[in-house]
Amino acid sequence: MSKYTEDDLREELKTKEYEYGFYTDIESDTFPIGLNEDIVRAISKKKDEPEWMTQWRLEAFKVWKEMKEPDWANVHYTKPDFQAIAYYSAPTSVDPNKTLDDVDPDLLAMYKKLGISVDEQKKMNNIAMDIVVDSVSVATTFKKTLAEKGIIFMPISEAIQEHPELVKKYLGTIVPTKDNFYAALNSAVFSDGSFCYIPKGVKCPMELSTYFRINQAGTGQFERTLVIADEGSYVSYLEGCTAPSRDENQLHAAVVELIALDDAEIKYSTVQNWYPGNAEGKGGVYNFVTKRGLCEKNAKISWTQVETGSAVTWKYPSCVLKGDNSVGEFYSIAVTNNFQQADTGTKMIHLGKNTKSTIISKGISAGKSQNSYRGLVQVSSRAENARNFSQCDSLLMGNECGAHTFPYIEAKNKTAQIEHEATTSKIGEDQIFYCNQRGIDTEKAIALIVNGFSKDVLNKLPMEFAVEAQKLLEISLEGSVG
Amino acid sequence: MLKINNLHASVEEKSILKGINLEVKAGEVHAIMGPNGSGKSTLASVIAGKEEYEVTAGNILLENEDIEELAAEERAHKGVFLSFQYPVEIPGVSVTNFIKTAINANRKAKGLEDMPANEMLKLIRSKSEMLEIDRKFLSRSLNQGFSGGEKKRNEIFQMAMLEPKLAILDETDSGLDIDALRIVANGVNKLKSKDNAVILITHYQRLLDYIKPDFVHVLYNGKIVKSGTAALAHELEEKGYDWIKEEVNA
Repeated sequence: MSKYTEDDLREELKTKEYEYGFYTDIESDTFPIGLNEDIVRAISKKKDEPEWMTQWRLEAFKVWKEMKEPDWANVHYTKPDFQAIAYYSAPTSVDPNKTLDDVDPDLLAMYKKLGISVDEQKKMNNIAMDIVVDSVSVATTFKKTLAEKGIIFMPISEAIQEHPELVKKYLGTIVPTKDNFYAALNSAVFSDGSFCYIPKGVKCPMELSTYFRINQAGTGQFERTLVIADEGSYVSYLEGCTAPSRDENQLHAAVVELIALDDAEIKYSTVQNWYPGNAEGKGGVYNFVTKRGLCEKNAKISWTQVETGSAVTWKYPSCVLKGDNSVGEFYSIAVTNNFQQADTGTKMIHLGKNTKSTIISKGISAGKSQNSYRGLVQVSSRAENARNFSQCDSLLMGNECGAHTFPYIEAKNKTAQIEHEATTSKIGEDQIFYCNQRGIDTEKAIALIVNGFSKDVLNKLPMEFAVEAQKLLEISLEGSVG
Repeated sequence: MLKINNLHASVEEKSILKGINLEVKAGEVHAIMGPNGSGKSTLASVIAGKEEYEVTAGNILLENEDIEELAAEERAHKGVFLSFQYPVEIPGVSVTNFIKTAINANRKAKGLEDMPANEMLKLIRSKSEMLEIDRKFLSRSLNQGFSGGEKKRNEIFQMAMLEPKLAILDETDSGLDIDALRIVANGVNKLKSKDNAVILITHYQRLLDYIKPDFVHVLYNGKIVKSGTAALAHELEEKGYDWIKEEVNA
């Protein structure tokens, strides 16, 4: 594979607009707006779900109705009107029985624009891919190859039908329906998402990947992802997201649950590029996501995220280190520009003995944006010899943006070792002039400085994603220095 | 190569350069000396195109082209190189990655493809050997945690890689011990040719023992008040600047 140079990068970056902002005109089947028990039942019925699933949703809905939208995060926005959103939208031309070759050509064209030619993905990248447009999973490639190893990778709607015992056993065990407002909402109305199960001792031979896209106007996306790594297994999972540019705010409230049983390892990487709104702060996706993983004995979960999109982000991928010797990691790059607001971080809950966690967070703020890191490191009284290392670095561009760090530490065991480091720096005119003097123009200089700043996290991403992430960082910050 | 006519420049309304005239021909080495605050570093920055300096009168010609309107990177593409007195840190960007980006940016400006990786590697190897730079040094973050000597050596390494037409060395000798000074000076001497020119900005005669200047100029209060040969530098070393100040103020 030839090396992807920064100039290739530049070539691809000729457009300054949000390049995923196209809208594909595909016929779709959308529910009327609003949310009530009937809508919840209708979603469940649409999916032909068993009664236990319908009841589970209704229970969640009941809980949700009693809950209040949280307002402790350092973000300010007009609260969405939950009765003005359509809770289900599906491209009508999707028939689960069709193969990839039969998929609507418009849809396929859309994937091409997203930079994911499914065919090529199939042949070259060794990535098994599930694509969720609006609310429905449209294509799952590589199913056969994976099945030979006993790996289950399919839309969660199918898993509910085909593997109810697994879904029933694990769904909502890591993120309970009443965990928080958005998780409850998601539990009531989630329409699709990905399900993945890696059997005992199996190392998943390829990266598993899901691509999410909101296409239809006025819809919310509520996907649900459940990844179970059985004892001694390994999986690397990638997730990407885009949405069309629209003037109104769209809601995305996902739940991701990871279960790493004894000696298992899950790597979960996200490149989040939901539409951030325009330069005046109009439109953009509200990204309110609950992600959490549970580690049993000697297990390891590693979250890596590159967050460049969304108008408002509220997201804390966390690890519950229940088993002894388990390891949790969180590597994050969050970029905010213009009027974007992000409140993101992680929770590391140390329950087992000799548990270890690492947090590396890189926040980059430009324009008039606000970027907050919020993290909790909690060591329970039984967690002997727990160790945590946290590093939170902020990079500021210009004088109108903000970077905030809210680290919380609760240690109830005297043997705990917790380290926290934080730095704040600014891209200086001197740095830019230095680069200019060597013949490097200002935009490239910024890309170079930002990539250098983010290197520790970019290195954690799988190759293909690292390139895309680098590209996104550059797009997100274009025009942010005068 | 370089012709500066009646150059006036100011920063934040404060006039610093007050009518500089200087001509540097290809193949020549010029030293600019002078007391602190006389405008030496400003002159270097103005030639390199630092934006916060405003040229209020006069012009700078590089190979007979007025470069007033050119951005700093465009001047760099035309072969202007400034070895900084205080090189900045860029965390996470290695020495190698930085110079690679710079080389390819310059090639691109000339309509050339990126330098092939093996060629780049060879070039880096030969230039770093010339300057006795350790290979481990090349993978460190640019200027981060570098000693004064390492920073300056890295500047000259970049100069060696970029092969500029006009190199301005702003107090490259400060912060160098005698061994580092010798290595850096040797590097500069090897890079010197009949086709390029060097301007040395320095406080001390010391550097000029290693790099022989063809001309020495004294900058004082924004003007070149005295020019001469290498002998002038020795005179300054002996007598200091006071006699020049007196001459000017008389």
